[in-house]
Amino acid sequence: MTIGSAIGQKIGAAIVAPIGWLAAIIDAPLKLWQRATGTTGMAAFFLAPNMLIFGVFVLAPFVINFLYSTTSGNAFFLPDRSFVGAEQYQRLLECGSYLDPSTCREDLFWKAVHNTGLFVVLQVTLLIVVSMITALILNREIVGRSFWRAVFFFPVLLSPVVVGLIWRWILQRQGLLNSMLYQFGYQPTEWLTDRFWAFAAGITVSVWAHMGFFTLILLAGLQAIPRDLYEAAEMDGTRPGRVFWRITLPLLMPNLLVVIILALIRAVQIFDEVYVLTGGGPGTSTLFLTQYIYEVGFASLLRNPGLAAAASILMGAVLVVLTLVQLQVGRRNEKKGARE
Amino acid sequence: MKHKAKVLGLLAATLLASSAAFAGEVRVMWYSDGVEGEVIKDLLDRFQKENPDIKITLDNVAYKVVQEQLPIQLEAGQGPDIARVTNIKELASHWLDMRPMLKDAKYWDDNFGSTLDWMRPDGSDAIPGFMTQLTLTGGFANKTLFDQAGVAIPGEKATWDEWVDAAAQVSKNQSLPAAFAIDRSGHRISGPNVSYGANYIAADGSPAKVDDGVKAFGSKLVQWVADGKMLKETWVAAAGSTYRAAADDFINAQIPFYYSGSWQVANLSSKIGDGFDWVATGSPCGTAGCSGLKGGAALVGIKYTKNPNDVVKVMEYLGREDIVKEFSERTLFLPAHKGVVDKGGLKWVSTDKNVAPALDMFVKSAGQTLPAADALPSWKWANAYYAALVTRLSQVMAGEMKLDEAWAKMDQDIADKVAQAK
Repeated sequence: MTIGSAIGQKIGAAIVAPIGWLAAIIDAPLKLWQRATGTTGMAAFFLAPNMLIFGVFVLAPFVINFLYSTTSGNAFFLPDRSFVGAEQYQRLLECGSYLDPSTCREDLFWKAVHNTGLFVVLQVTLLIVVSMITALILNREIVGRSFWRAVFFFPVLLSPVVVGLIWRWILQRQGLLNSMLYQFGYQPTEWLTDRFWAFAAGITVSVWAHMGFFTLILLAGLQAIPRDLYEAAEMDGTRPGRVFWRITLPLLMPNLLVVIILALIRAVQIFDEVYVLTGGGPGTSTLFLTQYIYEVGFASLLRNPGLAAAASILMGAVLVVLTLVQLQVGRRNEKKGARE
Repeated sequence: MKHKAKVLGLLAATLLASSAAFAGEVRVMWYSDGVEGEVIKDLLDRFQKENPDIKITLDNVAYKVVQEQLPIQLEAGQGPDIARVTNIKELASHWLDMRPMLKDAKYWDDNFGSTLDWMRPDGSDAIPGFMTQLTLTGGFANKTLFDQAGVAIPGEKATWDEWVDAAAQVSKNQSLPAAFAIDRSGHRISGPNVSYGANYIAADGSPAKVDDGVKAFGSKLVQWVADGKMLKETWVAAAGSTYRAAADDFINAQIPFYYSGSWQVANLSSKIGDGFDWVATGSPCGTAGCSGLKGGAALVGIKYTKNPNDVVKVMEYLGREDIVKEFSERTLFLPAHKGVVDKGGLKWVSTDKNVAPALDMFVKSAGQTLPAADALPSWKWANAYYAALVTRLSQVMAGEMKLDEAWAKMDQDIADKVAQAK
């Protein structure tokens, strides 16, 4: 036995010993508890702390939020507010045509719904494509591979506010991008005051900020694909495109589905970086659901917590659906993995 | 037994000591636009030296904290003991009525009486505090840019159209991005609206429908943005009623004319320095007059304080004529104290030659405000109106809706706020 391993063993024993003493101390009361309540009681005992935290920080706020959505008035505290039943929901859902926000009583809510829907479709599509391409490149034997992986992951570590500010300085009227365009003889573009460009900027910045995380998941999936499949395809002279569609994509599908669902959930919740970047403008072109809720509930000159709560419940319902889909996909993958 | 008594005695003494320290504590929530944070700290330090039994804690916070977090604290029956606020009327039910505790309530009625209605519930005679400054909306012109362009600065009775045309000539001559900007705020455009004949208040005190005055100036604003005369990003690059100032664009000489208010004087002076010459212009005229809009920030006691007597002592000190005078001179704020105003002779603490004429211009313009504008600071639906104006006009500017739709939406938004409050 070397000196190093002897020291390691002593340190290990020193760490394990107190745990053993603790186990011995709680052993007797736990046995008593189990005898009194049975195995079900033991499960409840071990789950209780987690359930308590879940109850206080998730369930109770949800219930309180729901109660708020059934009240009206300017008062902030629930007992001081008047009960109006489903009136806030009616107000949100009152529309001539759901396809035309201007016909809705709460037109800003529906504008936010439309913007969020369009954003989710475009951002998630672009995010998946860019993340996939990046993961495929980073999976190859390229020079400085670790460096490039770090580079692409770096934006994930930044605060969304920092992301928004950096891009605002780049895209504003006298920002970096327009200065560069001007240097090369082009006319400056209204990146943040033109409806089309502002929406495009929101998508681009959001993809830039989040792609590192999804690239990492896809990269892990790519590295789990057995190399011999590629070697066999190479020996058969299969074209690279066919290799991608017939080997890479099918075997990456479990990871890809998780990435899609997670990206969808994040896209529905989009707020901070785009809020800092555009403030929801021009007009309401980049006003998304979370910002609408924030503005109505907290930031407006005259707050309406009831309406904000009702909007957040409706948004929560969408997120629950997406989460259930994610769970279903996860379970299917698990079963598939078990069969294989 | 003896030991137990000793322990209990020690505990009681400790409790008494801690409660005594708590009893003398006054927490002040303060935000700053310019240098007033340093000035108030200096003034409170002097009070502290004279009154060692009162411990003052000055919390310098961002304006957003006062706007968004303080109302929630107040609803919870908490918050600081004294706060500097601009949302004065709507939160009036949370202010402390100092009248019964003041040594000389008449002094407060005489000197701050004209603005007390701004900060107390309708029909009340409470004295909740005083205005730390009176503000008046008005314009600023970059004199250097006007001179370089060879364009004369419009005279005192010049209309909004004349001002915008003159600024547009300067902008074109100097290759600037726009002729002018107005802060993105319903408060800021309300003076001009009134100048075009707007009246927000119906006969019964409730919000009136959007009238021709609002439509006249609102239409002009939209057209000026479409023509590239008004800086687009100030109003267009945000949603809802979010506040955006255009001061930085004026400070960076990107616009020759800027419509904001008297509170910008210290900011412009400190940031422009000797970069260029600037002048305050008062409010351009409309068809009904040349009105700005008065307003300001108030220092109020909070009724949930545990030390109301100490709060009143601090407020009595800060409301003293000599202290108000010193505060105004050092912060370059217009005083709201009648005695200070009547005596005049304020010696503005600034070496900037632009400052004194600018403040004098605002004092002069204060006499030109129209009654419809003077009624707004104490009107409880003012914020509902302001929010609707900003939200809908910026949608029109962004090309999302037509003006006719916007007027209807404004009426609906305001009606919803009134219904919500019932």
